Amino acid sequence: MALSKQEIAKRIAQELRDGWYVNLGIGIPTLVANYIPQGIDIELQSENGLLGMGPFPFEGEEDADMINAGKQTVTVLDGGSIFDSATSFAMIRGQHVQLTVLGAMEVAQNGDIANWKIPGRMVKGMGGAMDLVASAENIIVAMMHTNKRGESKLLKKCSLPLTGVRCVKKIVTNLAVLEVTDKGFKLLERAPGVSIEEIKNATEGTLFIDGDIPEMVI
Amino acid sequence: MINKVVINVEEALKGVKSGMTFMLGGFGLCGIPENSIAQLVKLGITDLTCISNNAGVDDFGLGQLLQKRQIKKMISSYVGENDEFERQMLSGELEVDLIPQGTLAERCRATGAGIPAFYTPAGYGTEVAVGKETREFNGKMYVLEHAFKPSFAFVKAWKGDSAGNLIYKGTARNFNPMMAMAGQITVAEVEELVPVGELDPNQIHTSGIFVQRLFQGKDYEKRIEQRTVTPKL
Repeated sequence: MALSKQEIAKRIAQELRDGWYVNLGIGIPTLVANYIPQGIDIELQSENGLLGMGPFPFEGEEDADMINAGKQTVTVLDGGSIFDSATSFAMIRGQHVQLTVLGAMEVAQNGDIANWKIPGRMVKGMGGAMDLVASAENIIVAMMHTNKRGESKLLKKCSLPLTGVRCVKKIVTNLAVLEVTDKGFKLLERAPGVSIEEIKNATEGTLFIDGDIPEMVI
Repeated sequence: MINKVVINVEEALKGVKSGMTFMLGGFGLCGIPENSIAQLVKLGITDLTCISNNAGVDDFGLGQLLQKRQIKKMISSYVGENDEFERQMLSGELEVDLIPQGTLAERCRATGAGIPAFYTPAGYGTEVAVGKETREFNGKMYVLEHAFKPSFAFVKAWKGDSAGNLIYKGTARNFNPMMAMAGQITVAEVEELVPVGELDPNQIHTSGIFVQRLFQGKDYEKRIEQRTVTPKL
């Protein structure tokens, strides 16, 4: 069975390490916050100027002056801090944030990522994505393996305008966990019950398979 | 103390003209200078270049200036919440310069800090870097980005004193402190104007030196874009 979006988030949460500062993008990445493993302390950074981001406020306690980068009302945990946008991106470019998780429209086998623009159709802007991918030590892409038309999102070369070059290290999709290597997408894990053949068929880029590929433990 | 207080928004915006470049603080609708935007709409000046992280929503924030076709060019990082913006941009009525958010923040900071340009890794190898100088430092590639030249900067703070010192609340801080530093004339509107001596100097976010005009704002709507809540058990 292919993973649900929640399960993708759950699998990515296994990558978290104690003491990390983490930036979660909009969409599936946001869900990762719901599955932080026991015994692991991390702090969530929101690039609009918040570290130590907490859950959504209780109804009636929403504060227009306390939002995340998705413009959603949030809370700040004890020990959290607030800062301006220049400081926020100093944290990001200065590699004080250990992990960035974000969504993508396309990823190429050399680690290029495209997630901000479809020429002539969707022109919303890159927000903080270009700063994040240009600087983060660890970038995990959370996405579906194929798009709505069933076409692979793991490509030899991106067709859409790039967000960053050679930056993605790891990809978790509804079908597989993959690593970007010199030899192409290295298959690390399969979704439970998903065959290597299925993953091959859904991957346009070079898929590099070495030995037995275990199933994910969700 | 030098007194920065002006009597109202009309006084605060004296000298704004068609064709000028403005910076406007805020992230989404959080921390935007609502009173100054409303006054710009009222004045009806046109051909504006606006530097602001977002472009408001269709009927609020900078969206109000877009509806009236007062903006010629937007310089932003993300404009996804505004259909009118997208329409004007795709039809070519509106010039748009989309730039990475961290680059935008740093360009604002550089403007106020006397730094003409700086190198950043953001956007290297993408269309953002086309036509820009690039350079390698320690094996990594960077793009040269320049400071801005805004005539006015409009910022919003929670509290301000008559010397122009500002304190922001929560994530309404965002771009406001850097933009406050960057304006040739910086206009600050505050929710609460207090006499000098009331604010703790240790807690000031923007020093009064950066603010030329300050006024007591009114009728803040502080609209929430995405109201997300945790249900009470």
